[in-house]
Amino acid sequence: MVYIIDKRQYGKHKSTINRQRFIRRFKQQIKEVVSESINKRSITDIYQGEKIAIPKRDLHEPSFGYRAGGERTLILPGNKHYASGDTIARPETGGDGANGSSASDQGEGVDDFIFELNRDEFLEIFFEDLALPNLVKTKLAELPSFDNVRGGFSHSGNPSSISIIRSFRQAIARRRSFSHSYRKKLATLDKVLAAAESETPPDDKKIKALKKTITSIKKRAKNIPFIDSVDIRFHRRIKQPKLTSQAVMFCIMDVSGSMDESKKEIAKRFFILLYLFLTRNYKKINIVFIRHHTVAKMVDEEEFFYSRETGGTVVSSALELAYQIVISKYPTNDWNIYVAQASDGDNWNADSPKCQTILQEQIMPLVQYYAYVEIMPRHHQSLWRSYTIVKEQYANFAMRSINDQKDIYPVFRDLFKRKNT
Amino acid sequence: MKSRKKLPYSADWSFELIEKYAGEIARVAKYYQLSTYPIQMELISSEQMMDTNSTIGMPLGYYHWSYGKQFVNIEKQYRHGLRGLAYEIVINANPCIAYLLEENNMVMQAMVIAHACHGHNSFFKNNYLFKTWTQADAIIDYLLFARNFISECEEKYGIDEVEKLLDACHALSSHGVDRYQRPHALSLAEEKARQKAREIYLQAQVNDLWRTIPVPKTDPSQSVEAKRFPKEPEENFLYFLEKNAPLLEPWQRETIRIVRKIARYFYPQKQTKVMNEGWATFWHYTILQHMYDEGLLTDAFMLEFLQNHTNLIQQLPYDHPYFNGINPYSLGFAIFSDLRRMCENPTDEDKQWFPDMINRPWLEVLHDAMNNYKDESFISQFLSPKVMRDLRLFSLVDDDSKPALVIDAIHDEQGYKHLRQQLSTLYNVSEQEPNIQIVNMNLRGNRTLTLQHKLHLRRPLNQDTDEVLKHLHSLWGFPVVLQSVNPDGEVVATYCCPKTEETDSSSTINQA
Repeated sequence: MVYIIDKRQYGKHKSTINRQRFIRRFKQQIKEVVSESINKRSITDIYQGEKIAIPKRDLHEPSFGYRAGGERTLILPGNKHYASGDTIARPETGGDGANGSSASDQGEGVDDFIFELNRDEFLEIFFEDLALPNLVKTKLAELPSFDNVRGGFSHSGNPSSISIIRSFRQAIARRRSFSHSYRKKLATLDKVLAAAESETPPDDKKIKALKKTITSIKKRAKNIPFIDSVDIRFHRRIKQPKLTSQAVMFCIMDVSGSMDESKKEIAKRFFILLYLFLTRNYKKINIVFIRHHTVAKMVDEEEFFYSRETGGTVVSSALELAYQIVISKYPTNDWNIYVAQASDGDNWNADSPKCQTILQEQIMPLVQYYAYVEIMPRHHQSLWRSYTIVKEQYANFAMRSINDQKDIYPVFRDLFKRKNT
Repeated sequence: MKSRKKLPYSADWSFELIEKYAGEIARVAKYYQLSTYPIQMELISSEQMMDTNSTIGMPLGYYHWSYGKQFVNIEKQYRHGLRGLAYEIVINANPCIAYLLEENNMVMQAMVIAHACHGHNSFFKNNYLFKTWTQADAIIDYLLFARNFISECEEKYGIDEVEKLLDACHALSSHGVDRYQRPHALSLAEEKARQKAREIYLQAQVNDLWRTIPVPKTDPSQSVEAKRFPKEPEENFLYFLEKNAPLLEPWQRETIRIVRKIARYFYPQKQTKVMNEGWATFWHYTILQHMYDEGLLTDAFMLEFLQNHTNLIQQLPYDHPYFNGINPYSLGFAIFSDLRRMCENPTDEDKQWFPDMINRPWLEVLHDAMNNYKDESFISQFLSPKVMRDLRLFSLVDDDSKPALVIDAIHDEQGYKHLRQQLSTLYNVSEQEPNIQIVNMNLRGNRTLTLQHKLHLRRPLNQDTDEVLKHLHSLWGFPVVLQSVNPDGEVVATYCCPKTEETDSSSTINQA
C-alpha cells in the first residue's frame, strides 16, 4: 500500500522554536556581540543582521568517550604499497593524515561557531536592553508599509479591476480601424448606387447587384465584434511607500571631558531609537550631528562619536548652531524637525538662561519634538532647571535623567504614543 | 524477460509519475519477498528537510537548544553550498514514513523510493534488533506525548529548569540503554503479578489499617557488607537514575524516561549502520536493474541512476584529502552483493571460506543475513576475502607505548582473518563507547555513587568526563566518583564531582 502525501505546504519553520532556544541559551554572548556591533555601526545601519561567533567549546555537548592514547586499531581502505609488518612514523599530533577518522572529539578546532542573526533577531535583542513596550517593538521592526495606488492600465488583471471606460475606448478604436476599408467601399458604392438610380432608365439589374454588395459589406462590417478580449484594460495597481514626508534629526551631544565612553554609548542608543522611530514615519531622513563643548561644530558621525575634546561647556552654542542650520537649510514647511540632545548636565551656569531663551523663542516653535537626556548626572544643575521651565511651556519637549539603557525609552514615550494612536 | 512498455521518463517528477514508479517498484520488491510496513511517502521542501534533519531525523520532537544549533549549522552550510541535503529520510514507524525531497529529479525519487521505502523499511520490519528494541507502531505517538509532556513541564517549572535537566540527560544518553540485557516482553503471569502488586499498593494507600500493623524488625545480622546496591553493576545510567535518584521530582523522572526511551529507539540504528545502508543500497540497485531488464526503464534513466548510485557507494582511499572513514553504503553494498555472487557463482576460495553458503538460493541467504545479524556479527560472518581485496583494506595499530604505527595485516592470505575480526570489533558499540558502569552506592553514608570504567587497551576517557560527571551529579544530587580500573583491578584514574582536595582528576588522568 502506498500513500503519497504532499507536505510542502505544511509548516516550514518547524525549527524556529529550536533556533530561538539556541539564541536564548547563548543570549549573553549574543548580547555582547550585538552591543559591540551597535557601538561600531552607523546609526543609519541599524536595520541589519549581524554575524555572531560563539566559541565552539561553549556549544559542545559532552558525553563519555575516548581520548587519544592507549592502543587503537584502525581499518583503512585503499592500500597501495603497504605490506604487513611495515611501520609508519607517528604523525605529529593534530596532524590530519591517515587517522583523521577517529580523532574527531579531541577538542582541537576551537574555531568559533559563526551564525547570522537576522535583522529581526538583531533588533529584538537591541530592543530588549532598551526595555521597549511590545507594541512599539513591533512597530519599529516592521518593514515600511506600502500603499496600493492606481498606476495606469494593463492588459491583464483581476476582473474586478476592469476599467470599463478604457476598455470601451479601446473597443471603439478597434472597431473604427477594422471597419475603415468597409466604410470606404460603402461610400464609393453609395455614390455609384445613387448614380445608377438617377440614370434613366434605371438599370434594375445593376442596382440590384449593387444593393446586394452593399448589404453584404454592411453585414461584414457588422460582424466586427462590439467588444473583444483584446480591448479589455485593467486598472494597474502599483506599490508606493506610504511615507511621504521628510524629516531632519539633530543629534546634539556634549563632548566635554566629563562625557566618557559609557555615557556616549548610552547616548548613541538614544539617538538610534529616535532614528528608528523616524524611519517609521518619514521617507527621507537627514541627520545632522552637532557636538559641542564651549563651541559647537557640525561634524560627521565618525567624529561625533569617537573624537575626544576637552574643555568647558556652553550648551547655547550648539542650540544657536542648530537654529542657524534649520533657518538656512531646513525650512519648516518642507521638513519635520526633531532634536535629540544628550549631555551629562554640565553647563556654564550663566549660559543656562540663555539656552532657555533660545529654546523658547527660536527652536521650540520650529520643531516637532525635542528630547533631552541627562546621562548619569552627579546632580542636576542649572541647565536642568532651565529646561524644566521649557518643558512646562511646551508639550513636545521631553526630558529625562537616565542611568542606563532601560531609561531611554520613557523619553520618547509621548512620541510613540501620539503616533501610534 | 518479457519486454514491457517503458515507463515515461522525464527529469521532472509529477505525482502521477511517482505513483507509477512506486507501483512498479513495489511489484518488483514483492517479487524479491521484501516484506515491509505500509509506506507513507511525504513530499517536502528543502527547508522542511533541514528541519527534520536537525531534529535527529524525527518528524517531531521536544524543543531543545541543541536542535537549534544543529539547524543553524545545517542551514548555514547549505546556504553557503558546503553541503547538500540528505536525499532521503526514512522513519522507522508503522506506517513507515519516507520523505521525498521536492528538488530531486524523477530518477532520484525512484531511487529513494526503492532505497528507503523498500530497503530500509523491510530492514526495520525484519531485523532482530529493531524487532527487539523498537516499537514502530508506537513511536510517533510517543514522540508526540514526549513533546507535549516536556512543553507542559516548561510551563510549570520554567524553560531553564527543563533545559538543564535535558542537557544532563543528553550527556548520559549514550549510557541509557541496557546493552547486555535484552528487553523481554512481559509474560501474562508477570503482567498479572505486576498488576496485583499495584492493586495492593493502591489499596494500602486508602486503607489506614495497614499503617497500624507492626513492622517486623530488620535482622541486625545483615551486615553492611551484604547490602551492596545496586546488586549487579548497572550500565544503564538513565534507568538507574529514574528509578533510584532520591531527590528527583516525578516530572524529572518522566523526562529522564523520555530521553532514555528515545535513546533506546535509536540504539539499533547505531549498531546496524553498515547493514541497513548496505541492504537498502543493494535493493535500490537490484530493483531498478530488474526493472531495466524488464524493459521498463529507458537508457537515459538508467545512466543517470547509475551515476547517482556510483557516487553513493564511492569509497575514498585512506590518503584522500576528503577521506572520512569507511563508507557504510559502500561496505554494506559490497558485502551483500558479494553474498549474492557467492551463491550464484562460487569460486574455489568461496567454497573454502563459506562452505555452507554454496548452493543455497541467494535470496534466502540474504534475507537470513538481514534478519539475524548486526554490523559486528554481520562483518565477522560474511566479509569475504574478495571484498577485502576489492576495498584494499589494511589494519593499522596505533599503540602509544610503541614509537611507530604498525601495519599488522593487509588484504592477503595471512591477513584476511585478522582484518575481518578487527573490522568487526570496530563496529561493536562497546568498543566505540567506554565501558562504564555504576557499581556502588553508599547506602549508609553520604550516598556517594561510584562508577567504574574498565580500561580497555589502556584507552583513557576524554576531556568531557568531568563535564558529564557534573551532569550526573546534578541528577543524582549527591557526590559522584568515577574510577578507571585497569584489567588488574588497579584504579589508575579517579574523577569526582564535586571535586575534593585529595583527588584532583586532572593530575591523575595523565598516567599514560
